[in-house]
Amino acid sequence: MLLNSRDLRQCTAEAGLQAIDLQARGLAKRFGTAAPVFSGLDFSIRQGDCVALVGANGTGKSTLLRCCLGLLVPDAGQISLLGRAIAETGGAARRALRARTGLVGQKHNLVPRLSVLSNVIHGLLGQNSGPRYWVQGLAPAEARAAAMAALDKVGMTHLALRRADRLSGGQSQRVAIARALVGNPRFLVADEPCASLDPQAGEEVMALFMGLVKREGVTVLFTSHNVQHALSYGDRILGLQGGRIALDAPSTTVSATEMAQLYG
Amino acid sequence: MVSPGHVLPHRFNRPGALGFVSYVLVALVILWSLEGAGWSVNRLVSSPPKLADFFSRAWPPSIHNFDRLAWKMVETMQIAIAGAAIGIVLSLPVALLAARGVLVGRGVNMAVRIVLGFIRAVPDLAWALVFVVAVGLGPFAGMLAIAIDTIGFCGRFFADDMENTDPGPTEALTATGARRIDIAASAVIPAALPAFVSTSLFGLEKAVRSSTILGLVGAGGIGIELKVGFDLFDYPTALTVILMIAVVVIGVEQIGAVLRQKIIGAGR
Ligand SMILES: Nc1ncnc2c1ncn2[C@@H]1O[C@H](COP(=O)(O)OP(=O)(O)OP(=O)(O)O)[C@@H](O)[C@H]1O
Ligand SMILES: [Mg+2]
Repeated sequence: MLLNSRDLRQCTAEAGLQAIDLQARGLAKRFGTAAPVFSGLDFSIRQGDCVALVGANGTGKSTLLRCCLGLLVPDAGQISLLGRAIAETGGAARRALRARTGLVGQKHNLVPRLSVLSNVIHGLLGQNSGPRYWVQGLAPAEARAAAMAALDKVGMTHLALRRADRLSGGQSQRVAIARALVGNPRFLVADEPCASLDPQAGEEVMALFMGLVKREGVTVLFTSHNVQHALSYGDRILGLQGGRIALDAPSTTVSATEMAQLYG
Repeated sequence: MVSPGHVLPHRFNRPGALGFVSYVLVALVILWSLEGAGWSVNRLVSSPPKLADFFSRAWPPSIHNFDRLAWKMVETMQIAIAGAAIGIVLSLPVALLAARGVLVGRGVNMAVRIVLGFIRAVPDLAWALVFVVAVGLGPFAGMLAIAIDTIGFCGRFFADDMENTDPGPTEALTATGARRIDIAASAVIPAALPAFVSTSLFGLEKAVRSSTILGLVGAGGIGIELKVGFDLFDYPTALTVILMIAVVVIGVEQIGAVLRQKIIGAGR
């Protein structure tokens, strides 16, 4: 009998063996000679968790997410992602690891001058390589279909051929989400995925993420300045304050005042 | 109004002792260089009559062999266009190796940049002399000289153009697990494309300017007519050549400026 990932997750959970997707130990990062952004961070995220990372501006949320995916090298500490110590992987192994993760950056980071569709097809470059994945015109039919399906999830199929630098802020955020989803990541990292979205679209995107968590057992780590989003969509809240983890608790046990204190 | 406690800042700073010494040093270096360059008031004063004599003998510019000169000018443009095209195409892979953080590590970046610096340090006429030795007299040697000169120029500036693109898309594609070559082709090059076109147009302008004097060393083009004109004291023909070069170079620069404006305007 075949088990889908959701069943598998439940089985392992019942056996008390639920896999740890991300583990950070003693993590520290500073830029140049400035004071450390954070130090001594310890936390772990289990498979299928939906974790909200919150904290005031400049507390290091984006920096922490970069460290988690190995895009920034921490000054101290270890990160293990999907069971592999990132620092010990290199070349092909690290690419294979990243092919199973998806990132929605705070700044969207679309390639200007290329079409929306080409940008989404780039999300498949972890599993594929070569000119057929550089621009949509050359892409294989399955890749184009997968990209259109991802665009459909964020309601952007009608602008598939629009140049990425001619999109509104919310539209480019949706395309960035589609690019992160097209490769069916096991672990999705989203840095303020709803920051440029109108309230309705923000709810839709969070519901989309929740669907991935519930149906496909995807692990989601997202940041948000929307306290309501964090509390209602996150299973767990991780709060950064003063370079430390000031809050790490299931969202059901976190009160509004506790959240407010993080920004004090 | 500035509040009473404040002192207005000085408009100028009086130079300190070190500043004064460096001004004097700079002045001395300039005087010393003039000396080395054979500065001579006498020869400067006596030059206007000689220049006037040249222009009176050169004027009016000769047009009776305009046909031949025009064909030589066409050949000059062909040398420039072919050489620049080959140079621009070859510059792209070279620049990918020279650009930091795009394809290869720092060591290779440095090595390629040093080679490009060497190519630029050798004057175009020297390259032409080298290729005349290698492939014989004629426009082919000139074209090769232009091509290598263009690689020195475009290779370096294409690399700078790529380094100056927004690092965001590169980070996003790195996060998907893409290879460096795929990231370069799908994020860096598309973002740098308008800058490439602008740099290429500068490369072409430079090639046209260089190609007009390659003839001085026998590497083809209209430069040979300039040399022959002066050697045979045929000043009217020499003046025609100078004016033709001026018209073509200015024309190409104007066209380049218009195209660049169009492309940068259309970009964004
Ligand atoms: N590349 C960098 N070089 C130097 N300093 C940096 C760099 N990136 C971030 N910082 C600094 O590190 C700190 C944390 O930045 P980060 O972007 O992680 O904050 P954040 O929590 O994501 O904030 P926001 O809520 O505004 O997105 C800030 O003080 C920022 O100025
Ligand atoms: Mg941030």
